[in-house]
Amino acid sequence: MLGDLSTDACDVAIIGAGVSGTAIARRLSSYRLRVVLVERCVDVSFGVSKANSGIIHAGFHHSPSSLKARLEIAGNRAFDALQAELGFPFRRAGIIVAAFSVEEMKVVEHLYAQGVENGAPGIEIVGRERLLALEPALSHDVMGGLFAPSGGIIEPYRFVFALAESAAANGVRLLTGWEVASASRAGDAWRMVSSAGEELAARWVVNAAGLHADTVSALFGAEEFRILPRKGEEFILDKGAAGPPSRVIFPVPTKTSKGVLVIPTVEGTVMLGPTAEEGEDKEDTSTTPETLEKVFHLASRMVPRISKRDIITAFAGLRPTLPGDDFFIDISRKAPCFVQVAGIQSPGLTASPAIAERVKDLLKAAGVALMEKPDWRPDIPRMERTRDHEPWELDQLVAKDPAYAHVVCRCEGVSEAEIVEAIRKGHTTLDGIKYYTRAGMGRCQGGFCTYRIMRLVARETGKPLESVTKHGPGSELVIDTIGRRTGS
Amino acid sequence: MIRRQVDAVVVGGGSAGLAAALQMRAAGLSVAIVERDPFLGGILLQCIHSGFGLREFKEDLTGPEYAERFIRPVLASGIDVFLDATVVDISEEPHGRAVTALSRGLGVVRFSASVVVLAMGCRERNRGNVAIAGTRPAGVLTAGLAQRLVNIEGCIPGRNVVIVGSGDIGLIMARRLTLVGCTVRAVVEIQSYPSGSARNIVQCLNDNSIPLYLGHVVTRIEGRNRVEAVQVAPLEDGNAAPDAGFRIPCDTVLLSVGLIPENELSRAAGVPINDGTAGPWVDADLMTGAPGIFACGNVLHVHDLVDFVTEEARRCADRAVAFLQGEPKRRMLAVSPGANVRYVVPNACAPDRQNVFFLRPLVVKNDAVLEVRMGGREVKTRRFAHVQPSEMIRLALEQGSVPFPDEGTTAVLEVAIR
Repeated sequence: MLGDLSTDACDVAIIGAGVSGTAIARRLSSYRLRVVLVERCVDVSFGVSKANSGIIHAGFHHSPSSLKARLEIAGNRAFDALQAELGFPFRRAGIIVAAFSVEEMKVVEHLYAQGVENGAPGIEIVGRERLLALEPALSHDVMGGLFAPSGGIIEPYRFVFALAESAAANGVRLLTGWEVASASRAGDAWRMVSSAGEELAARWVVNAAGLHADTVSALFGAEEFRILPRKGEEFILDKGAAGPPSRVIFPVPTKTSKGVLVIPTVEGTVMLGPTAEEGEDKEDTSTTPETLEKVFHLASRMVPRISKRDIITAFAGLRPTLPGDDFFIDISRKAPCFVQVAGIQSPGLTASPAIAERVKDLLKAAGVALMEKPDWRPDIPRMERTRDHEPWELDQLVAKDPAYAHVVCRCEGVSEAEIVEAIRKGHTTLDGIKYYTRAGMGRCQGGFCTYRIMRLVARETGKPLESVTKHGPGSELVIDTIGRRTGS
Repeated sequence: MIRRQVDAVVVGGGSAGLAAALQMRAAGLSVAIVERDPFLGGILLQCIHSGFGLREFKEDLTGPEYAERFIRPVLASGIDVFLDATVVDISEEPHGRAVTALSRGLGVVRFSASVVVLAMGCRERNRGNVAIAGTRPAGVLTAGLAQRLVNIEGCIPGRNVVIVGSGDIGLIMARRLTLVGCTVRAVVEIQSYPSGSARNIVQCLNDNSIPLYLGHVVTRIEGRNRVEAVQVAPLEDGNAAPDAGFRIPCDTVLLSVGLIPENELSRAAGVPINDGTAGPWVDADLMTGAPGIFACGNVLHVHDLVDFVTEEARRCADRAVAFLQGEPKRRMLAVSPGANVRYVVPNACAPDRQNVFFLRPLVVKNDAVLEVRMGGREVKTRRFAHVQPSEMIRLALEQGSVPFPDEGTTAVLEVAIR
């Protein structure tokens, strides 16, 4: 379908394989278009999309005048159908905003009015008793709050992987490790060159480059803007941690952030965070020593039984923010055939299906011929997981592949077969395998399974253990072997 | 699904599981060991240094040699060994327990057993558990994983290493990495005293001129793809004092910050866990709160000598055999840790026979006195020139030394250090 990408221009090149880029790629894959998705990291979802709270927001946080609010509501609605098609972990757990004072209740009333105007389904202001019945893990000091039943929790990277797989199954070409270094016009197409010197030509380009959307925009001579990273740190508590909530608990928001949340993740851990720190460095995903106390103070005010003893890991993510904090999704007025998808911070994950729809509409309005593929397949094959079955019901699966009976990651119950599937699908780094399968994501954080996964990668790729990386070149897990083999 | 009927299933084929299985087999029981690795021996196999068996065999053995002393008799004894097999469920059956394992070679295996011995060992505390801030590059790993990579996989994890925590595995790895050509820049310990044994401080650090920073913490890990440095700060009044801190360039950070008994399977089986040890609560028979399920070794509490694990496992096996043979339960009284004692195991005492306890001090102390009291009454005292948390104490109370409490009273045997 796709010929020589350097001379034979594709119809649309999407820059960035995060949630926006993959959602757009999948949406466009339903038309007779030649689409290429390029990603500078070695795997999809390795940027902003891998490090966020995994919330499907309910549509009451943002002003009805914002683009965000409209796309959030539309995006939220799309998730049931998407889950049925793509099978990622997602549950409408419901969102609670907990208020602890009369002043905070006033904010809740404002959120409620905003939600109603936005069209958030089923939201209600609730008093203390009903709130505690909805969420017994809440502090009894709570005064009342907001309940939004349509809010949900999701495994963000699994969602992105599923979108990418669906797009690829429908003909989208994915190029990882492909960083756009330069771009120029060649006839009626864009000609891009990667930092490794590879070429790619495309009639239309979609800039979904997350934190680097400003750099990409500049490369194409499009709008000048600056993406500022707003850091959010999160802590993960073990499965079986004390006093976990069953719904997502928000405090009343401040002007710059939705606040520190207590999130029951869809896979059974508890997440606390995120913080919101303005910064300059787009690579700075470091955590800080002061944050732990701060986050626990804020989180335990809402859910008192959480304990620092249950922390298994911490991480930081960066929100790509634009001045004014709204999304910027439009056809460029400066560069030809260039679509901006910038400033996609919270609720970008929720909005992603609607972002994709909007980009499709923009392209259509710009005259791109969108002819539906009669053979477009919305479904992708379900990934079998050993832990989804009762152990005594595993015979069939094991008959298919005995590796389903080989538990590699004991904390998350991930089998060899699942890890091999991830590797064969191209996820060959430790982090890629972790996001794809959850191996190494549990309480021991890879203490027992790291060497087993390294061996499986080496076996499947035919490369030595020293070449296995955490997240791409430069992050090799070991640097040498003892008594390096010589000659034969 | 394959079904097996045995008297006893031992979960884990490390030092505790091997000794318990052998002891039960010697008493005539049919026994199965389920081990998730492809070999018996557990973590001993990667402990290629010596120092094992001084108490048990009066010999200085390496870990694999110590394991071999049990593996050979196990293989010759008719014990059913299931390798590459992970127990995923223990549930109640009318006459005992059903133990379900997943095996690469056999598929699903379901055992019906009268007794289950938990011998799963422990896991290492990791970076998240001790909340070290900074980036998340390659090159941050637990000491045990590093030991596995070096001693079994034959890999060198890095060149310039900083070790966080002075636990024994960390100290052993400081020496091991020096021997394979790495430079160990520092060992950083939060306490004012080492967590590992005095012997390992001398042999692993002092002999290799590796600096030990007591009362210091690593406040930050730096580096994007690979570790580039750590920030270290002294503790002042219990808090890090970054102004007095310094930076150590390195490409690898090893964590040796403690071990946690691995009891997720136990919890799922309904076994009550003791907060003090993070292992199961056990009575004087080393039986957990779930009848017929016993526990020994590091799954019960973290030991510092494998020889003590072996001793405890045998004792556990003897009691499991007695349980299976229908021996009536003895009268027991509760045992609790008193002043300066972190924990005492087991958590109960049977006065009509000898009782052996393992306990861990909470303090570093010279001229310490160990006191065992029941109510106001002194049962035993023992003097120690020196006690410290990293050195477990073995305490034997002979038959008849503990009085039976009066009927209707709830006397507790308290063990304290003064």
